[in-house]
Amino acid sequence: MSATLQPLDITAIRRDFPLLSRVLNGKPVIYLDSAVSGQMPLCAIERMAKYERDEHTNVHRGVSTLSQEATDFYEAAREKVRRFLGAASVREIVWTRGTTEAINLVAQTFGRTVVKAGDELLVSAMEHHANIVPWQMLAQEKGATLKVIPITDDGELILESLDELITERTKLLAVTHVSNVLGTVNPVKEIIARAHARGVPVLVDGAQAVPHLKVDVQDLDADFYVFSGHKLSGPTGIGALYGKLAHLEAMPPWHGGGNMIRSVTWEKTTYMAAPGKFEAGTPPIAAAIGLGAALDYLGNLGLDRIAAQEHDLLVYATERLERIPGLRILGKARDKASVISFVVEGIHPHDMGSLLDGEGVVIRAGHHCAQPLMARYNVPATTRASFAYFNTREDIDVLVSAVEKAIELFK
Amino acid sequence: MTDPRELYQQVILEHNKKPRNFGKLDPCTHHAEGHNPLCGDQLELSLIVENGLVADIKFQGSGCAIDVASASLMTGIVKGKSVAEAEAMVAQFRGMVRGELDPATQAPLLGRLTLFSGVKDLPSRVKCAILPWATLHAALKGEEEASTE
Repeated sequence: MSATLQPLDITAIRRDFPLLSRVLNGKPVIYLDSAVSGQMPLCAIERMAKYERDEHTNVHRGVSTLSQEATDFYEAAREKVRRFLGAASVREIVWTRGTTEAINLVAQTFGRTVVKAGDELLVSAMEHHANIVPWQMLAQEKGATLKVIPITDDGELILESLDELITERTKLLAVTHVSNVLGTVNPVKEIIARAHARGVPVLVDGAQAVPHLKVDVQDLDADFYVFSGHKLSGPTGIGALYGKLAHLEAMPPWHGGGNMIRSVTWEKTTYMAAPGKFEAGTPPIAAAIGLGAALDYLGNLGLDRIAAQEHDLLVYATERLERIPGLRILGKARDKASVISFVVEGIHPHDMGSLLDGEGVVIRAGHHCAQPLMARYNVPATTRASFAYFNTREDIDVLVSAVEKAIELFK
Repeated sequence: MTDPRELYQQVILEHNKKPRNFGKLDPCTHHAEGHNPLCGDQLELSLIVENGLVADIKFQGSGCAIDVASASLMTGIVKGKSVAEAEAMVAQFRGMVRGELDPATQAPLLGRLTLFSGVKDLPSRVKCAILPWATLHAALKGEEEASTE
């Protein structure tokens, strides 16, 4: 298939992202920070604006034509997410504010139901704080233990450790699909199979995976799969939780309020079926519709063509950065997404970040909400460049020369 | 200032590379730890205060060049000064890097440390420059911890 793959027309694509033609500090913006937040294409921005301008009301309310119309758009976006993740039923897609909220939802409903004192939860050494802290809080509340799957120096999970780490007390395994720091693409299908063989359900943090690779939750056999819209060329404030229907049906509701109920009396409240029972209050309607538009946009470009372009950028950037003396790339997994973390001897990542910023190069410098991983590599922080389908080799050339300039200054 | 390179002057780069007064005083009369949760910078200050004077001061820790150079230059300038003067410097430094005080006219105690005034144009880095000073303030007040949050 890849032999006949038509490459993306990057020049045309770049016109869909007005921010890319901005000038910051006198320099054209080179946006290499898509792992922090993906840029939204104009069509998604305009779709949201149209909703706010011509269609704004509330969903699942009353009989007005306007409300029905908004509900249809909103639910159509949910269907787009279902198709995007390959879920069997639209009832398995719960809207959330993002990945963090989705994980907290699972921890506080599923987790609180199944985890008892003395039980164990398993995460990996390369998790984002969003996939650590909710489990830590749950473990603390229940008197359970949080265990960690170790990684190699190259940044790959040590899968052999699973046999020992999973015990009859393990109630859930939570693992990231793609590391936001190392770029490692974890073999989640294999991990899930191993966990299931021992009767352990698995939550996959897909925040960094969905922008880069085709996900099929049924093929993975994931119990839960979560992601954020804004990493996926959509707006902030919207994301989704995929959960197998059997899990969602068994889980108690989370937030109480309007929208999530079937009937309320002073004596008793009954709840909507999934996903409604997890969606209390008025949702971010424009954001959901905007995410739907972004998914259409990505679908039109073609996820395989996006992956091919990003892989080319990853290979090119790795090769060029590795040639810089004193620069060390963290994360050398065999299977990587287009995320490169690096450190340069003698230059703190924050100084590097400020100097790159002065050159118009937007990257992230910091601990990337993964402090345990920083400790694993014995660094306070890293500089991270992440590439999207609208980036070019020329963008990477600018990055490389800005890094070289910073090194020259610090000599 | 739009170019951060203007902030990274030779003095700052040189103090980052070879920080002065680096280490720990043991025993000491005053001590505090400072951390910047946002970026993970951490710093430990130890002082010997005698007769109302900062007789000696050392710092250790890890951080960015702005943080390390700020600590290095700070320890140099407050050594031998009275506690009251050191506190006045803390106030002037804070005011200057936040853009509230004019380095040319309103920070007379800081001398060449006014070279940090450019930090005000890099809001994300203001906390890095302030951390050593916030830690000094905490130590002089007898507090064990300072945070820039």
